[in-house]
Amino acid sequence: MKLIKSAALVAASSLITMTAQAGTLEDVQARGELNCVVTTGLAGFAAPDENGRWEGFDVGFCRAVAAAVLGDGEKVKFIPSTGKTRFTLLNSGDGDILFRNTTETLSRDVDLKLTFLPINYYDGQGFLVRKSLGISSATELDGASVCIQTGTTTELNLADYFRVNGMNYEPVTIETNEEGIGNYSGNRCDAYTTDASGLASTRAALEDPSAHMILPEIISKEPLGGAVRHGDDAWADIGKWVVNAIIIAEELGITQANAGEMAMEAGDNPSVNRLLGTEGNMGEMLGLDNQWALRAIQAGGNYAELFDNNIGPDTPLALERGLNASWRNGGILYAAPIR
Amino acid sequence: MNEISLPRQNVVSRVWNDKEARSVIVQIVTVVLVFGFFAYLIRNAAINLEAIGKGYSFDFLTQPSNYDISQHFIEYDSRSSHLRAMTVGIINTLLVAVAGLALATVLGFFLGVLRLSRNWLVNKLAYVYIEYTRNVPLLLHILLIHGVIVHTLPVPKQAINLSDAAFLTNRGFFTPKPIFEPLFWIVGGLIVAGLLFSLWFTRYAKKVQDRTGNHYPVFWINLGAIVGIPLIMYFIMGTPITWDTPELKGFNFKGGMVLRPEFIALWLALSLYTAAFIGEIVRAGIIAVSRGQTEASYALGINRGRTLSLVVIPQALRVIVPPLTSQYLNLTKNSSLAIAIGYMDIVATIGGISLNQTGREMECMTIVLLLYLCMSLVISAAMNWYNDRIKLVER
Repeated sequence: MKLIKSAALVAASSLITMTAQAGTLEDVQARGELNCVVTTGLAGFAAPDENGRWEGFDVGFCRAVAAAVLGDGEKVKFIPSTGKTRFTLLNSGDGDILFRNTTETLSRDVDLKLTFLPINYYDGQGFLVRKSLGISSATELDGASVCIQTGTTTELNLADYFRVNGMNYEPVTIETNEEGIGNYSGNRCDAYTTDASGLASTRAALEDPSAHMILPEIISKEPLGGAVRHGDDAWADIGKWVVNAIIIAEELGITQANAGEMAMEAGDNPSVNRLLGTEGNMGEMLGLDNQWALRAIQAGGNYAELFDNNIGPDTPLALERGLNASWRNGGILYAAPIR
Repeated sequence: MNEISLPRQNVVSRVWNDKEARSVIVQIVTVVLVFGFFAYLIRNAAINLEAIGKGYSFDFLTQPSNYDISQHFIEYDSRSSHLRAMTVGIINTLLVAVAGLALATVLGFFLGVLRLSRNWLVNKLAYVYIEYTRNVPLLLHILLIHGVIVHTLPVPKQAINLSDAAFLTNRGFFTPKPIFEPLFWIVGGLIVAGLLFSLWFTRYAKKVQDRTGNHYPVFWINLGAIVGIPLIMYFIMGTPITWDTPELKGFNFKGGMVLRPEFIALWLALSLYTAAFIGEIVRAGIIAVSRGQTEASYALGINRGRTLSLVVIPQALRVIVPPLTSQYLNLTKNSSLAIAIGYMDIVATIGGISLNQTGREMECMTIVLLLYLCMSLVISAAMNWYNDRIKLVER
């Protein structure tokens, strides 16, 4: 009797430790689907297209991670979130990973218990205004009504900026980007403020984009990156190196089209070989197989392809690479090497 | 069945078949289960918070909030604390709730009377209004009214000008703001004195009427005391109020007072929606007073107006007040839908931006919950007090 009891106790306690140790990677693989937290809809970054398929720059990173972990970039369940709900969705376990124009800050990292992945978009907060207002600088916005999305770093930057410059404003706080556009296009606000990339997306979605302009002032640093829950380092490593692999692929000239061919056999360039798994065991170190990066690149292409296809100069958003150019081309996009 | 187990069974079945004992057992089990369930939930939350290393602390309330709020009736800027932001939110919620209760009550009684009108058109119009309003979700009313204000009213530069004093725009309704000069406080004092006088006089008039049967024109005398005398004094002292009129400067009007579209939309939507329910409650209350009461009153030679105020309404109120209380509670709680259009109430401040910027979900939600609970309990207590006062006094 005693024996059975103690055996049951041991079994129970080992079960507890097992569930405690089972990481996000195992959970995702067992589920066969990656839960990726994205926006409720920001054209170019994450939004469903006319067929209901999620498309965009952030979505591309979700698919890359799914491809690396599950072998298929389609095995993603997208979880739309507002600025307010995103971290709760991640921390409660509803989402495995978050790619949602999220600014890395100390308090989010430490206090909200997140682990940030490498920065995949260097952004800054700007202002969208009507050209008919006849202003050319954010310093002329004294007394303006400014529409702003709640739950973001932008409302803090806005308060600081107007305070430091001794200007007044009326904040019109809204919950989602769609409501923000509604209020701005209805002329409830003189200016709409968010990250410059988001403004480009918002402007492109307006009825007559040419009647609106983005003011030259960038009032904050907004390094945008993915994030995972604090405390699962193995899973954070996977997210981190998938993002790095996408960035490195551009540096090495590996594209969605030529990746498969280049991975057929080891070539002359050891960096390419290590990335594509024809040399070394980088994937195994991560707890994946050695074709992890190959699949991630094939899912949506390298960084340049993700950028150009979703938000680049030829898209409605028409964003320039700017700071987000590779360090070789004068930008600050610089990923740690895979070796 | 053997003979030893029989009495034991009997004890169990006896206790179970005893109505009182059974009800005690069921109550104990229920209480244990309910408390156990909540204890489990709280313990679970505590363990989970512990696991991700987040404590349960209200220290953040004294930190600077770092965000701005457009409508604040107390001193507030982005350097103020989260606690102050919460206070701003509470005031904004109370404002829209009180304004909503007032308008909903007036409109509701009006609608209830219209529904009883013998005029077919008036009756049907009220009917259509009530059925439409209460069968469309409140959130849609809020969004619709907000959308109409923002998209149909002109921008400040083309504001609808009401005699150079008030301006109607899609950024709000701007009105002059009174600035009270020191002399005005004499007028204020007179109004308070008038109110006190009317309280006393109403009782006195009732006593006199009970004793002698004579009645004074109480309403007109009270009106004179509260409004008339202070008004005369106001003009004698040379109108000691100056007005700060709004002026178009830059993007918006500056100076004066403003009712923002968010407030107007929320206020109107809450009032119009709740008024439809109150209208039906009032109609039910009036119908509940039997026809014989009115006829008896007429037979005693009491005129129509006094029959209504002395016979019908006091009895109708007994039926109206209890359901009216729950409508008042609904309206107050529904004001939390403010967040949909960005009216900065409790939910949008402490339960929204503060929550988000500090990441203290459990703490902020606890605060929000307790605040709404307090408000609801206060309303209930007030309405119960009123209900006790008007209910049938049994002798």
